[in-house]
Amino acid sequence: MNINMTLIGQTIAFAIFVWFCIKYVWPPISNALHERQKKIADGLDAASRASRDLEVAQEQAEQTLRESKEQASQLLEQANSRSAQIVEDAREQARAEGERMIAGARAAIDQDMQRAREELRAQVSHLAVLGAERVLEGAVDEKAHRKLLDELAAEL
Amino acid sequence: MAAGNEVAPAEYIQHHLQNLTFGLHPENGWSFAHNAQQASDMGFWAIHLDTMGWSIAMGFLFIWLFRKVGNAATTGVPGMMQNIVEMTFEFIENLTRSTFHNVNPIIGPLALTLFVWILMMNTLKIIPVDYFPGVFSALGVSHMKIVPTTDLNATFGMALGVFILVLYYNFKIKGAAGFARELSLKPFNHWALIPFNLLLEIVALLVQPFSLAMRLFGNMFAGEVIFILIALLPFWAIWLLDVPWAIFHILIVTLQAFIFTVLSVVYLNAAHERH
Repeated sequence: MNINMTLIGQTIAFAIFVWFCIKYVWPPISNALHERQKKIADGLDAASRASRDLEVAQEQAEQTLRESKEQASQLLEQANSRSAQIVEDAREQARAEGERMIAGARAAIDQDMQRAREELRAQVSHLAVLGAERVLEGAVDEKAHRKLLDELAAEL
Repeated sequence: MAAGNEVAPAEYIQHHLQNLTFGLHPENGWSFAHNAQQASDMGFWAIHLDTMGWSIAMGFLFIWLFRKVGNAATTGVPGMMQNIVEMTFEFIENLTRSTFHNVNPIIGPLALTLFVWILMMNTLKIIPVDYFPGVFSALGVSHMKIVPTTDLNATFGMALGVFILVLYYNFKIKGAAGFARELSLKPFNHWALIPFNLLLEIVALLVQPFSLAMRLFGNMFAGEVIFILIALLPFWAIWLLDVPWAIFHILIVTLQAFIFTVLSVVYLNAAHERH
């Protein structure tokens, strides 16, 4: 085995072959590799974007939930106070009504009593006059003694 | 060698086609073969150190490279090397998915190893035929054939490995009786045709490793011989034929690795299938 020109010939051929590979064989492979890289990068990008979007959406949902909860509690409070108000009002009304009724009844009683007293008074004066008449047998003039009798009846 | 050189073309070709053989010579005992006659005198008890060395080196290169990339792999955008490895991996994964219809966890790794290993060994052929023999002869090593797949021992070794797996899975999945039934009752399911079936099926089975080994060896060896013949041209004319042939071999190298892998997977698939 000795070194000779064949080696140089093969080296020329090898150099041309390598040049050919760099020029024509490698670019399509390299393109395919880059395309794949790009696809992966895009996919990862999309995934991270989606997760970001999800985060935002979750935050929004939470915000909405919080707001609606607040609203609900507000409404509840309002309703509570309203119902308390209504109960209070009703109670007040009932009490007033009761008082009114009691007052009415009392007034009616008073009136009745007054009337009864009046009647009684009238009858007493009459009876008194009648009694006196009987005792005095005409000596008493009803008209003359009216004032006195009235005074007597008023004292009853 | 250039025309007009004192070394005869036949000698040049023969020198290039001889492996670095170490073996038991009937007269010299355990020694290196210095020529083809000595190598053939050694018979079975010899080993091709160049084939062994280069194939093992390529195997380690494959393991080291894929392991390194695997360990450094990111889930983000892959770098150039990871991208290449991933593409190869996906390619083999798709291949086994489409040709292997059973469940066996070793098929994927096996196909990947076969493909990448053979591809690497075949690719050595692109290196000019005189480079490594020249370097090694300067170091005092008489012969150096760097492409392991141009050595029938290497291709047959791999084919036998696959064939052993084929037999193993045939026995494991179908059982001895099932395997025997398949061999004897196919393709003609009639008792009188059992001997004929047996002959047919056993030949078909035994042909598998031969078809694997011979196809790869034949293509690679023929290509190698052409490269050596081209190297016999005058040095200024070598590139005229050498470059087209090398470019053509980009295709051959990949195609042969692919065919060996696909056929191995197909054979193993057949071994898994009951008929």
